[in-house]
Amino acid sequence: MTATINVFLKEGVLDPQGKATHHALGSLGFDSVEDVRIGKQVIIKLKSTDKESALKEVEDMSQTLLANTVIEDYNIEIN
Amino acid sequence: MNVSILRFLGTNCEFDTQYAFEKLNHSTTLVWHQDEKLPEDTDLVVIAGGFSYGDYLRSGAIARFSNIMKDVQRFANDGGKVLGICNGFQILTEAKMLDGALKRNNNLHFISKHQNIKVINNDNEFLSKCDKNEVLNIPIAHADGNYYIEEDGLKELEDNNQILLRYCDSNGDLEVVNGSVTSIAGVCNKEKNVFGLMPHPERALELILGSDDGLKMLQGFVE
Repeated sequence: MTATINVFLKEGVLDPQGKATHHALGSLGFDSVEDVRIGKQVIIKLKSTDKESALKEVEDMSQTLLANTVIEDYNIEIN
Repeated sequence: MNVSILRFLGTNCEFDTQYAFEKLNHSTTLVWHQDEKLPEDTDLVVIAGGFSYGDYLRSGAIARFSNIMKDVQRFANDGGKVLGICNGFQILTEAKMLDGALKRNNNLHFISKHQNIKVINNDNEFLSKCDKNEVLNIPIAHADGNYYIEEDGLKELEDNNQILLRYCDSNGDLEVVNGSVTSIAGVCNKEKNVFGLMPHPERALELILGSDDGLKMLQGFVE
């Protein structure tokens, strides 16, 4: 089973990397860009075969280590 | 006073920190991150600057789960004094021993220079030898020093005199250096025994090297 965790800065917390990339896209002529957010993706291979318990475990991992919930949000996909 | 200085893989300011406290006639011990216990006679724990675990994931995020940090938390809960400098500050916020978080600098650059910082509150042991509103010249060297805290948290820090230092110019007017909320450069916990700051007082010990204001700060811990 594979868990994919996307970690992003919370809405309302300035994302300087996103802002700089937005600016760069604009100077390349990509005028339609409204906003850019840059985050990171963590891919975890799990021994577990039960989706529900895997989700619970990855939720715990995200809260404990993978995201700093003071500034970051995350979402989890399990396949 | 006995000062225990933590070393993680990637710490690089431990010897400067040791030099600083020995210059002030304290005895120092370097403590390895895999150790389970701080030395018995520890009076002050210093988490020195550097790049623990290569800043992987987030600065300080992995170091905060090391063996020794459990005992540092116990030590702080018992009222022991803890000082985190730069990466040490990041580790303390990740460990939730200090409020807030340190984000990437708003200009995305690693900033390394001498910086003026203003003493905001001195009703704590760390800055007790400094005057309120005094401007100190202390080097900064960081990529992730952009202090963030939400509004309610900021108000709480202000109400409890937990803001230690802010970035400023030579006149003491606040300056935007890295994007920190209200230019915050250092904070302490509510109990005022855990201190964190991005500037490096251990790099400001000799006038010939630009400033000895760091000595004044670290002297606060002299009993």
